[in-house]
This record gives sequence, C-alpha cells and structure tokens, in this order.
Amino acid sequence: MTDASWEVLSNQAVAASGVVYFLALLAHLVQWAGLRRLPAEQQVTSGRIAMAGRLGVLLTVVAVGVHLIALVGRGMASDPNRVPWGNMYEFTLSGTFFVGLLYLVFLRRFKLEWMGPLVVAFVLSMMMLAVLWLYEPVAPLTEALYSYWLVIHVVSAVIATAAFTLGGLCSVLYLLKERSRAERGYLARLPGLTSLDRISYRMHAFGFPVWTFAVLITGPIWAHEAWSSYWNWDPKEVWAFITWVVYAAYLHARATAGWKGRNAAIVALVGLATLWFNFIGINFFSSTSQHSYAAPAAIHSTTTEVS
Amino acid sequence: MSDTGGRDRQATPMPNDMNARELGRWLWRQLTSMRTALVLLLLLALAAIPGSIVPQEDVDSIGVSRWQDAHPELTPVYEKLGLFSVYDSPWFSAIYILLMISLVGCIVPRTGVYWRALRAKPPRAPRNLSRLPEHAAYTTHDGGADVLERAAAELKRRRYRVVVGEDSVSAEKGYLREAGNLVFHISVLVVLVGFAMGGLFGYKGGVIVVEGQGFSNDLTQYDDFVPGSMFTATDMEPFSFTVEDFEVDWLTEGPRAGMARKFVSTLGYQETPSSAVKSYDLRVNHPLKIGTTEIFLIGHGYAPVITVRDGNGDVAYSGPTIFLPVDETFQSFGVVKAADARPGQIGLEGEFYPTFALGDGLPRSSFGDLADPVLSMLVYTGDLGLDGGGGESVYVLDKSNAEQVLKEDGKPFRLDMREGDSIVLPDDLGTVTFEGIERWNKIQISRTPGKLIALTGVSLALLGLCASLFIRPRRVWVRTRRDENGETVVDLGALDRSNGGDPERGEHELAAITLSLQGTGKVSP
Ligand code: HEM
Repeated sequence: MTDASWEVLSNQAVAASGVVYFLALLAHLVQWAGLRRLPAEQQVTSGRIAMAGRLGVLLTVVAVGVHLIALVGRGMASDPNRVPWGNMYEFTLSGTFFVGLLYLVFLRRFKLEWMGPLVVAFVLSMMMLAVLWLYEPVAPLTEALYSYWLVIHVVSAVIATAAFTLGGLCSVLYLLKERSRAERGYLARLPGLTSLDRISYRMHAFGFPVWTFAVLITGPIWAHEAWSSYWNWDPKEVWAFITWVVYAAYLHARATAGWKGRNAAIVALVGLATLWFNFIGINFFSSTSQHSYAAPAAIHSTTTEVS
Repeated sequence: MSDTGGRDRQATPMPNDMNARELGRWLWRQLTSMRTALVLLLLLALAAIPGSIVPQEDVDSIGVSRWQDAHPELTPVYEKLGLFSVYDSPWFSAIYILLMISLVGCIVPRTGVYWRALRAKPPRAPRNLSRLPEHAAYTTHDGGADVLERAAAELKRRRYRVVVGEDSVSAEKGYLREAGNLVFHISVLVVLVGFAMGGLFGYKGGVIVVEGQGFSNDLTQYDDFVPGSMFTATDMEPFSFTVEDFEVDWLTEGPRAGMARKFVSTLGYQETPSSAVKSYDLRVNHPLKIGTTEIFLIGHGYAPVITVRDGNGDVAYSGPTIFLPVDETFQSFGVVKAADARPGQIGLEGEFYPTFALGDGLPRSSFGDLADPVLSMLVYTGDLGLDGGGGESVYVLDKSNAEQVLKEDGKPFRLDMREGDSIVLPDDLGTVTFEGIERWNKIQISRTPGKLIALTGVSLALLGLCASLFIRPRRVWVRTRRDENGETVVDLGALDRSNGGDPERGEHELAAITLSLQGTGKVSP
C-alpha cells in the first residue's frame, strides 16, 4: 500500500468508527430509556433492555477496533513511518482511542457498564471536533520529535490523560449524584457515592504513576537529548508539573479527614482542567513553548536566542 | 491504627493559652499535618502558573525585553514581584521550602512508626469480628485447634504474616505499602538534591561555530555561558572540536514543504589536547558525550562571507558573518562592523534571504535552502561606538551617533547583492563584496552533575509510588469457640486498610478462605 492509500484508509476508518460509536450510543440510549421506567433497585439481567446494553458494549468494542485501524493507517501513511501522535489531530485521535480502550479494559474489573453512554458520547464528540477543526494532512515530524522517546513519553502521557479523564468523569458524577434526590433514572442507578469515589480514586491511582513516568522521567530525559536541558520551565512543562502537583494533592485529599468525597472530587476536577488546558490551551496561546505543535520550528527556536 | 502515622495526624485546634514551647510544638504539628501538606501542594500549583504566562528570563529573555517594552508601567511592579523569574523568586521558594520541611517532619516520625510496626506482631483479634466490614461465620464438627491450624496454613499460603493465639489467628499483609509510601516521599527529596547539584556545580553554554571552524572548551570561547553558583572553571573538560561538515535536508513538497530535517554536523573532536582526533555525527537527539560533558546541536543558520574595503582600498573587514534566522524561511538578520575603515567607520545592517522572493511588494525569503540567496543591507558611517572596547553585542549596531548613507535623491542607500557582487559605496567610503555563503551551527554544551542522583530518585519515587498505590494492606482474623451443642463456631473477619479498597475482591478472598477451612467445595485462588 502506498502512503496515500494508508492516509485514505485512516480517514475512512475514522469515519467508520464514528458511525459505530454512534450506533453504540443509540444502543445505550435505548437501554437507559428502558431503565428509566424501572425502580433504581431493580436489576435487569435479561430481556430487551439488557440486550441493548450488551449490544452497546459490543458495538463499542468494534468501534475501538476500527479506531485502532485509523491510528495505524495514520502512522503508516507517514514517510518514514511513525507513531500517530505528531499534531493536535493525531493526539485527539489517540487520546480518545485510549479513553475507549481503558473503559473496555476496566469494564469488568470495576463494573463500569453505567459509564458506557457517557464514554461513547465523549469519544464520539471529541472525534468529531478533531475531524472538523483539527484535521491536518499526514506530514513528517520536526527533527526533535524523531526519537524513540516520542513513543514512550507520549504514549504514557496519553494513557494517563485517558485514565484521568475517566476518573474525572466519575468525580463529576459523584458531585451530581450527591445533590440529586432522584429515585429513578440515570443518577439513581449509578453506583453509590462511596463506590463512585473509589472508582474515581482507582482511575487516578492508575493514571498518576503513568503521568509521573511521562512527565518527570521520560520527559526530562528526552528534553535533555533534544534540547540539552532536563527541565526548562517551558509553559508545557510548567502545566504538566501543575497537573502532577494537583493530582498529588488529590491523593492527599483522599487520605485527609474532611476532604474525602466532595472536596477530593473537586480537586480531581481542577487537575483535569489543568490537564486539558495544557493539551488545548498551551498549543494555541503560547508561542514560546518548544512543545507547541501549532507551527514547525527550525531545529528549534534557540537559534534566535543568541544575544 | 497508630501505625499509619501521618495519615491520622490532623491539624489540631489551637489551644487558648500556652507557653512558647507549646506554641512551637503546636506550630510544628500544624506544619507537618496532612492538611497543611495538601494546602501547600495546591499553593505550589497555583504559584507555578504566572511563570507560564509572563515570559521568563531564563527561558525566553528576548520575550522578556519585548514584554517590558510593551508594558512600561507594569514592568517595575512585576520586577518587584519577581514575575520574570518566578521559579527563583522568594515566594515560590518559600512555598516549596515549607513543603520540604513539612515533608521531613512527616517522614521522620512515620519511618519510626513504620519500623516498630514492621517488627510488631499482627494485632490481636477484636472482640466482635462480625462488626468488621468483611466477616463470615460457620459451624463445624472439627475441633477448634484443628481449624486454627488450617487457618494459619491457609493464610500463610496467601502470604500473610500469621500469629496463632489460644483461640484465634491474627494475620496481616501488605507491609510494603507504607514502605513504598516512605520511599516515594524520601525520593522527592533525593530528586531535589540531585537537581540542586546540577544547578550549583554544573554549567551550560552556547557557541556558534561556522562550518570549518573549531572550538575548544574554554570560558573565553563561549558566546553565552550560565555557570552554577558553585561552578569553578577547573571543572571544564579540556576537549576541542571542529565542525567539519554540516548537512541538512530540505523538504520541497508535501504539507511540511520548507521544513528542514536530518541535520547532521560532522565533528572532529579530541577529548584532550594530546588525544587522537575522533569523528562524530552530531544530530538532534544524539548528543556527543565527552566525559561528563555533553554537546548538542541545537540550531543552524547562514554566514554570508562579506568583505569591506575602505576609501583607501584597504580591507577593513572580511569573513563569514553570522546572520541569525528570524523565522522558518531562514530570513536572517545580521550586522557588519568595520571599525578600522577610513575615512569613516562603516557599519552594515540588514537581511539575508536564502531564497529571495517578493511578497506584497516586500522582500522576503520563501524557502530555507539556498535557491536564490540575496543579501540586502543598509549602510551607516560615522561613530559606530566600536572603539569603546567590548561590551557591545556583535548582533547589534549602535546607530545613535552614526549617520545613514543616503542616495542622491535622499533615500537610504541599500546594498542588494547576489553572491560575487561588489558594490561601490557613495562618498568614496569604499566597496562591499558579497563573496560567498557559509553555514554555522549553534552548539550547546552542558555539564549536569547530580543527574544520576536525580534519575535514581525519580525511578525510586516511581517504584515507591506504585507500591504505595497498589499494595493492599489487609488484616484477617479467625476465631473459634464452642457452642452449647458442642460444635465449633468459626468467626472470620477482615479489614482492608488500603486507600482504594476493593470490597468485592476482599469479600471474595474471605469467602475463599472460609471455603477452604470448611473443606468443602472448590478452593478458589
Ligand atoms: C513534595 C510534596 C509531596 C508530594 C509530591 C506527595 C505526594 C504524595 C502522593 C502521590 C501520595 C499518594 C500515595 C498514596 O496514596 O499512598 C502521598 C501520600 C501520602 N503523603 Fe504525601 N506528598 C508530599 C508531601 C507530603 C507531606 C509534607 C506529608 C506529611 C504531612 C505527606 C504525607 C503523606 C501521607 C501520610 C500519605 C499517605 C496517605 C495514605 O494513607 O494514603 N506527604 N503523597
């Protein structure tokens, strides 16, 4: 296959997985519309409603698979072949892929069926945003990005981002459920507050070491190879550090009396806000960041730094 | 549960009357409480933000000057607040120093507590096991001692530390969680020490070397040099190198057309003046290590070779002149200072366009490679401030006492030259010749002692963190008693002491233990 046909394949796979995510969303909507009519305590394990739920999960599996094809196609379309995370479009594509994948991986373990509709809706809308506003044709990377550290550093950052995103979702639901008195419907059917808090914690507990690895180990090592200094307080680094510190505070919050639950959930959401701001905001607002993917640099900007 | 130390230690309310000693102790308790650590962490995050918004002296000094020019009123205020070097500012330092003190105050007592807990036996069974969050009970014909013996064996198999009492078994596991937590917090300190060492004893410098020219590692040869505060010049390794060749590959098509890549700078280098010359292909992401010093290729650009002959026909300036690129098209800016020119000094200032083009009537470069190189400079004469002796930058022409050379119609006289062109200046000032084009490399050289310490620190921190987050400390108790029918009642209870807890898994484990004691059904792992 030629590079051009890989690119076409990738674009088609993005569209196809979008359609399948949409079908999965429909299946989950049918499921939850049915569940609304039943009291929250009533478990549903068979019949039309349960079928719709299982279909939703099955379709999500298919969609994530096709999503993976889109990523592989993207990497193969580049010359030389590379990992598909070189610009915002590709980051969003891989980030959402890992959100879907982690959801499926943890589905059984943490009993996450209730998360299905939200995860699918989130992935679908992020993919649409990426296609509409962030799309860029396949292009070679700037020199500093050709390093195996790109693979390790970015994949860990993206996985941690996905885990924090899922954890943040639990925290939002925690805060909503805490204020809700509904006896039926989505919020009423969610796991209890203690469980939500715990699932959120475990997502964060998974994400935090991965983020530490990405930001405080592989990041500095790579920065040193490429730009000669381990840590430069570049805006992207500053915000990655801020995110790390806020999540450390979150883990402390959960171990501090009076901060468990509600306050911890708020700290977690602050962490998520810093994380996304770093991903979205810094690329557009900061021209000095060496991490800015908005424009290609010479080798990088220090050529103009000489005074 | 005193053995989790800091976990249960909360800020205590302030007593009404106390003496200095008590006050000190109270303050210390406040500082080392979990809540203070939490607040300090959040403060640290908050304090880091301004440094990503206001340009920082260490990161982008040009950005700082530009910002200061644009905001003359705010500048003094910002300067007072240290907003141009947030990460060295007193308030930022205050927060992390407090955090570190709090950390030490937290680690030391917790290590003691942990040390004692390690050697302590698993605690005795609580009176009422059925009050525990996880519990089970069954009745059997087996004798009590027999059940306890089997319970001990089963729990040992499950890697519990077990103590058998008269009528009960106590078991505990997951000691490494707290160890991991302590290792993590200590490692944070280790990383900071390593980091500080790099800052104190290391150095970082940059030099621009024109292709064909050389560099030896001596303070005087650097263009910019940032030493650590404890750095001494004797720490510098006596190597030298020559940039023998530089190659770069320009993309001419595709979405990134115009981008340069595959930079390779071929260095010939000697580790010491007496050692043999070796060769190294210096590339981005592939620094050259000589001893503990590392050499990086971080930039490149053009150096037009310019010769200035003065009014008397003597060569007043000649050589490759470094032009600094201003954007990705490698449109570059440079200055020539011919101080010895007579009758008047001659200064040139202007642009170099590797691929000349006109866009909207303005000259610019359309591509970084040398497709149609043009040099375009304005000419100044008079006192260019070149006799003052040092201090002035080679990239800035001081025009305050000079006058611009004009054409007869009063418009600025501009030299627009292609390679090989020679232009005679008005007023018998002399001649300027554009002889050719060479390339330069920006080489960064740095030594970072302590980096291994920092690296070991972060790796240990990560290991400790994983232990702390994923090891689940648990206690299990089994107690037997005889009921009125002469049968043995077996009570089991378990306590999950991890932060995340996993009630299902815990219940699953307790059920499996119960089943295996009952000796019926399958034993699940
Ligand atoms: C540099 C600052 C600090 C950082 C980055 C940090 C980070 C962390 C992290 C990530 C955890 C989670 C691990 C876990 O839950 O087991 C944790 C737990 C903990 N930290 Fe810190 N910490 C810092 C300072 C402190 C200080 C000053 C104290 C003492 C007051 C402290 C006491 C604790 C305790 C007791 C736990 C265990 C909580 C639990 O039982 O789950 N930490 N810390």
